[in-house]
Amino acid sequence: MPLLDVRDLRVEFPTRHGVLTALHDVSFSVDKGERLGIVGESGAGKSVAAFAILNLLSRPGRITGGRILFEDRDLATLSRADMRAIRGDRISMIFQDPMMTLNPVLTIGTQMVETLKAHRDISDAEARRIAIQRLGEVKIPSPEKRMASYPHELSGGMRQRVVIAIALLTEPALIIADEPTTALDVTIQAEIMSLMLDLCRTHGVGLILITHDLAVVSQVTQRVVVLYAGRVVESGQTARVVQNPVHPYTRGLLSALPGEGEPGARLNQIRGSMPPLTAIPPGCAFHPRCDYAEERCRVGVPPLDVIEDHNVRCTRARELIRGVAA
Amino acid sequence: MSGHTQTAAAPAASGTTAPAAVADRPLVEVDGLIKHFDLGGHFLQRERPTVKAINDVSLGIRRGEAFCLVGESGCGKSTLARIVMGLLDPTGGAIRFDGTRIDGLKHTARKPFHRRMQMIFQNPYASLNPRRTVQKTLEEPLRFHFPNLSDADVKTKVEQVMVSVGNDPSWGTRYPHEFSGGQRQRISIARALMVDPDFVVADEPISALDVSIQAQVLNVMMDTQEARDLTYLFITHDLSVVRHFGTRVGVMYLGTLCELADTATLFENPRHPYTRILLSAIPRISTEEMKPPGLPGEVPSAMNLPSGCVFHDRCPLANARCSAEVPRAQCQADGTLVACHAVEEGRG
Repeated sequence: MPLLDVRDLRVEFPTRHGVLTALHDVSFSVDKGERLGIVGESGAGKSVAAFAILNLLSRPGRITGGRILFEDRDLATLSRADMRAIRGDRISMIFQDPMMTLNPVLTIGTQMVETLKAHRDISDAEARRIAIQRLGEVKIPSPEKRMASYPHELSGGMRQRVVIAIALLTEPALIIADEPTTALDVTIQAEIMSLMLDLCRTHGVGLILITHDLAVVSQVTQRVVVLYAGRVVESGQTARVVQNPVHPYTRGLLSALPGEGEPGARLNQIRGSMPPLTAIPPGCAFHPRCDYAEERCRVGVPPLDVIEDHNVRCTRARELIRGVAA
Repeated sequence: MSGHTQTAAAPAASGTTAPAAVADRPLVEVDGLIKHFDLGGHFLQRERPTVKAINDVSLGIRRGEAFCLVGESGCGKSTLARIVMGLLDPTGGAIRFDGTRIDGLKHTARKPFHRRMQMIFQNPYASLNPRRTVQKTLEEPLRFHFPNLSDADVKTKVEQVMVSVGNDPSWGTRYPHEFSGGQRQRISIARALMVDPDFVVADEPISALDVSIQAQVLNVMMDTQEARDLTYLFITHDLSVVRHFGTRVGVMYLGTLCELADTATLFENPRHPYTRILLSAIPRISTEEMKPPGLPGEVPSAMNLPSGCVFHDRCPLANARCSAEVPRAQCQADGTLVACHAVEEGRG
């Protein structure tokens, strides 16, 4: 039984242009202590998936189908009060911009103690003790002193560490991190990501890492889901997917990375750009950008099939694997 | 880029032209550049707080190359680009373009250089005027630098440049909000190319774009470089882009240049300890787990620089000399410049 099991999740936004479907029957699961990557470009629906799990979709967005099973409960049907008890307690979230999480006018200590006391019936002294311990775990130098600091006194990397410490306060079972290192420099990114790897392991926390960066995903996660225009196009073991991509979109993304090819050569580009939700083409949403598209790609949406060792949503997947598609 | 020619409705630059340049003289020379930002402070304060953004940086950008400047936030790479472009005045040192000193030139004297040097910015959502059609945006630099061009010539030129960067010329009547990020960045590139510059500064031109779009924009930049024999100064924090795109690379840390090398040499044989750590931290497609880069502490404040080598308090190879003496850039056997006492002495 996985820790989190998302089945056929459907999220819709009714607008004056009609109902926009941000997620179409998206399924994935995370086991206890497992690290899952959700990859996609802007607008693919990766953040919507995170917000849907936490029941934080902004209006008029709503879940119109599927289940989100977490510790034997369906989060999609919980009352607001029940959800509030889970959010920030059993499931924590880390955002791209630490200043979105941190209150600029309160000290780090106040925010941490407040968070803990909102979820646990403990004394101030006890809450402080736990907060200092967590700051130490995320390798913040002299944590007692830092308790009295305001967020603006810290660097970007330190702020993100504080956010991770806050996420760990209540010893959650699952952390959802939405582009947690996108705004940081590479050396700090490597620092923070290896720290998160360690913490997931030592605390047995499950991690959902949402990012556009396939390289980071390959070095941090065990399984990956690739989203395109609100649908899973490929998913499976991270190592298999990045070494052996099948879907033309995944293949395109990987071969578009500048670090991988011959220096100075033209990069393999995917032509065009991802369609907005208002203009998703019929059939396979990727077909207008796909080099292998045929007539049948323009009609039905292909199913997510198990092919070799992972799941692929492509009509021509078998031909692509055999290398016979042109 | 078939069919693109340099014919250009634009005539050759009028006004001052540089003295016949020696072919191997760098197109752009940055010589002992210093930039300090005065933060004001209280009038009774003995020492006014200053941010020492660039401290004695020298480099030359050769004709036809793509010179990349890399480093982490706050290392001064964008400040350097802005000074080269004349958007900021240096505190000390000199900038030469094609042999002529251009820092401190007055507006009219600088105008011909404005035509020859163009810039592409990071955020294509902010760098295009939302209230102007694409056509208007693209026409402006042309009409400013070549006021005598006829409307027909301007129109032809706009179409030509649009096609050369892979844009549909019919986009002219539309507004920036109608385009995606990648399309807008290609419009920004077209704007920079309108006046047939020799030198283009691109400050993180693809960082704001999605992966599949980054490749499109990089390809356009490489194609135009080839077709027009452009020289690039490419500012980026993304080392995998540098590896693909750069001819030579300068690595900056806290306002100083640590290492300057051919791209292939830098990636095969990084010398400076900071360069080594930076390269090891690049995420790559791999089944190996991410490791901490082994860089203790944080970048010090540029208001209060460490003594000696600015990197010494985080450097695994530092000793007493490093905290006392500022290392000078030394030329290695393969032409790489490295400013590091440890490399010089063969430590580590």
